[in-house]
Amino acid sequence: MKFLGFAFRTFRRDLRAGELSILVAAIVVAVTAMTAVGFFTDRVAGAMKAQASQVLAADLVLRSAGPLSPGYLVEARGLGLEIAETLAFPTVVVAGEQTTLAAIDAVSAGYPLRGELRVADTLFGNGRPATGIPGRGEAWAEPGLLGRLGLDVGASVTVGERTLRVTRVLQYKPDQNIGFVNLAPGLMVNLEDVPGFGVVKPGSRVTYNQMFAGEEARIAEFRRSITPRLRPDEALRGREDAGEQINAAIDRAQRFLTLASLVTVILAAVATGMAARRYALRHLDNVALLKTLGATQGFVIAVTVTELALVIAMTAALGVLLGYGAQYGLAFIAAEFVGFVLPPASGQPFLLGVLTAATIVMGFALPHLLSVGTTPPLRVLRRDLPPPQLGAAVTYGVALAAIGALVLVIVRDPLLLGLIAGGVVALALVATGLGWLLVRSLARFRGAAGIAWRYGLANIARRGGESVVQVVAFGLSLMVLLLLGVVRNDILRTWEQTLPANAPNQFMINIEPDQLAGLKQFFQDEVGQEPFSLPLIRGRLTGVNGTPVKDFTVANAQGATFLQREANLTWMGALPESNQVTAGTWWGEDYAGPLQLSLDAELATNLGVTVGDTLTFNVAGEDIEAPVTSLRTIEWDSFQPNFFVVLSPGLAADLPQTYLASVYVPRDRVEILSTLVRQFPGVTVLDLEVILSQVREVIDKASMAVQYVFLFTLLAGVVVLLAAIQLTRDERRFESAILHTLGAARRKILQGVAIEFLTLGSLAGVLAAVGATILGWGLATYAFKLDYTVSALLWPLGLVAGALIVGIAGTLATRKAVNEPPVAVLRDR
Amino acid sequence: MLRATGLSKQVSSPEGTLTILDDVSLEIARGESVALVGPSGAGKTTLLAILAGLDQPTRGRVWLCGEELTGLDEDGRALLRARRVGFVFQSFHLVQSLTALENVMLPLELAGEPRAAALARETLANVGLGSRTGHYPKQLSGGEQQRVAIARAFVLRPEVLFADEPTGNLDSATGERIGRLLFDLNAEARTTLVLVTHERSLAARCDRTIRIEAGRVATGEPAAAVAG
Repeated sequence: MKFLGFAFRTFRRDLRAGELSILVAAIVVAVTAMTAVGFFTDRVAGAMKAQASQVLAADLVLRSAGPLSPGYLVEARGLGLEIAETLAFPTVVVAGEQTTLAAIDAVSAGYPLRGELRVADTLFGNGRPATGIPGRGEAWAEPGLLGRLGLDVGASVTVGERTLRVTRVLQYKPDQNIGFVNLAPGLMVNLEDVPGFGVVKPGSRVTYNQMFAGEEARIAEFRRSITPRLRPDEALRGREDAGEQINAAIDRAQRFLTLASLVTVILAAVATGMAARRYALRHLDNVALLKTLGATQGFVIAVTVTELALVIAMTAALGVLLGYGAQYGLAFIAAEFVGFVLPPASGQPFLLGVLTAATIVMGFALPHLLSVGTTPPLRVLRRDLPPPQLGAAVTYGVALAAIGALVLVIVRDPLLLGLIAGGVVALALVATGLGWLLVRSLARFRGAAGIAWRYGLANIARRGGESVVQVVAFGLSLMVLLLLGVVRNDILRTWEQTLPANAPNQFMINIEPDQLAGLKQFFQDEVGQEPFSLPLIRGRLTGVNGTPVKDFTVANAQGATFLQREANLTWMGALPESNQVTAGTWWGEDYAGPLQLSLDAELATNLGVTVGDTLTFNVAGEDIEAPVTSLRTIEWDSFQPNFFVVLSPGLAADLPQTYLASVYVPRDRVEILSTLVRQFPGVTVLDLEVILSQVREVIDKASMAVQYVFLFTLLAGVVVLLAAIQLTRDERRFESAILHTLGAARRKILQGVAIEFLTLGSLAGVLAAVGATILGWGLATYAFKLDYTVSALLWPLGLVAGALIVGIAGTLATRKAVNEPPVAVLRDR
Repeated sequence: MLRATGLSKQVSSPEGTLTILDDVSLEIARGESVALVGPSGAGKTTLLAILAGLDQPTRGRVWLCGEELTGLDEDGRALLRARRVGFVFQSFHLVQSLTALENVMLPLELAGEPRAAALARETLANVGLGSRTGHYPKQLSGGEQQRVAIARAFVLRPEVLFADEPTGNLDSATGERIGRLLFDLNAEARTTLVLVTHERSLAARCDRTIRIEAGRVATGEPAAAVAG
């Protein structure tokens, strides 16, 4: 085992001599990127899993859009289960002149059955576990609600017809929506106050919950007992169901961010390969010497492998440490939309770090270094012996296999691996082709101006292969940053500009039929405009051609989703402009005959039904049956309320229904909304601009997180550049020595170097801008159907960023080689 | 100590098969110092490489320290070299990333010697570099670098020392000093020395000179005769 000690000493000495710097830097960047994402998602997952048992605030929850039978509660109590009830609905809360949409949670004594509420006595006060629930006439408000209304504890808020006193700040409840932005901040009230609000009426958007907790066996027994008796609109959710959904969501986010950091890993691996190649070339003589001094082949290989194992250990340790630090950045960005405190990370990402380091080392460094082991000792006497050759098939084969294995570990899906591999190869080919064209195009400028230019451009052309690698490495990372930083904003802005200036910006729901006329008059008086309105009927599809839906096979998963929830139906006579009939016939404006249905064509495909089929909907406990007589395509971005399912007029007017309405209210008149809410309690107003700005914020945060991950890619690009420079260092030293000797001033040579790297960086910038423009245009045109105009900022930004980063890093890294005294360099030869 | 019989070395080249050594036989006794001399391209270095087990002959056999080198594989030859053979090269072959001390420690570490640092320091002092142990090759002059290489060659007290143009890269005054050092250490350790050189004065210090011409042994005579 004497090779162990020798390997340790060699490793220490190589580190000290800087022989491993680039190699180590490359792997550390890769491990940092991977583990930063790993630690972050691990913390989020940890938080979610810790809450999976309390995420329901109970062991079992029965949920419906309609009132639930109290019989279930009686039965549960009979089995010795704990019970509680909640009612959730959105409504507008008023405080003085301020109004805001709030998510009301009305809870009964006993809530929550699992987990606990955390409350504080002032807006930013210290939280503590709550005892009990809000008393009658009291409300506990989430910080966001108090912020929007400019209130603190002690203030009064009006919900419908009642005024409540805010007695606590509600910091946390176990069954809050986690991981997503709640469009409306919450207000928790006592269930017994709800009738007094006067806002919950038949047909209102309300979710009724009955909660149960107790011994596992009793819960199971209860579940078995009531399941067969559930109405179609009643759904049971247990702990396992909740956990599964959370896991799936985290899994997706984790895989996406990890794949993003994989781009960094690939670039870092390329840099590692370059650094390993140089290390190998430099160590041919040393290996020959060791063999002359009596080292066997086995010994040399054992030392190499041990040294690489030490490299893995060190880079994994360093990278994991840095990754742990870097995940704070992600956690900071995500803090708002994760919405709760993250627990410390587990040790699991450490394994990912080791795996990443090991993959890169084994795939990209090991082949080069092992080939050195075969150097014949005779090289000590015959320097001209060719270095051992490593076949391209081996080099690329091993590298691809290693990366492929890593991707497979991450995505755990061979098909996805194939798609990713195809995508990466296609992207690399296109980018390389483009990079090659750019590098080639420089030839014509060579004679343009002076020796420094000629020298700089000649260097790029001569190291064609490496130049292309650098342009591609930088170009790709810059491209992603441009896409997320510039193009995303352009697309959002373009979309916002397509909205007509007086498109409806206020949407109202839960309008009782008897309120409609008054509401219309209200807007006529206040803003001189009558709102557009449509009836809204809530119903659940329960049967197709007489077959209950549970025995009916839908065409695909989207169709299945439709079955799981209450659908919004409406009725109308005239076909809206934004709709077009593609099959069957529309009933016509004055139709008053038997009930008919018109479906969105896509929904019909998803469900697997067509014109002539009969559907049954359960509306407020009653079944209605009607034939599908037409299919429509819908322009969803028309900013008019649109419906998947439309009923024929006449008979449908007798079904339980509310109205929704939309109207444009100028920004300076929004204060009328507080009057509206007071005058029409129960009507819920949605301010489109508020919602849009929240959506925008979520997109900003999400893309910031992805950008953060891609900063590491840029860093990996720098390492690729440094590795490439290191590969050509000896050559550069020798050349500048010759140029010095021939009388070139040091400044001239440095100018040449600066020109070389500024040009390389500009090429990367061009590649990035071209890529971002094409992708942006493609996304805008095909995915969002928008006329996309390239931001004036995109090209200058790409060029300047590329030229500056590559120019500065490249020139700095090369300066030392250029500045060495020619005598020393020439003597070394 | 060292015996070779019927050594031939042929290599294929674009011009056909090239004979570098042609039926060379020789015997060198323990403690003897022998200079291999001859014009450039005569095959001296190839002969040295084969005698040291760095290269294999096309035909013929070599015995080193009583073991048949030509019967061993590359690892076997390496193990034989490990304890018994030292080398000094024209271009020094110091590891650039190691200090003078670490370069000298290298063969000791390979042999698993626990007192590597102390022994190396002592040997460096013997060659007059006791105060420069922490210097890197780049920071040493050519003569100093060769002295480090000599210290490295002698530190394990090898039975045979092979030197390939040890003064070839040095000016004549430094070369002279290095030559003296080499022979002083050799005399002290009673090492068998096989030396390839163009330097007449260096060859003259050897007990015997073997002249190689066109791959064959031209003469084998006491060095004094050549020098005289």
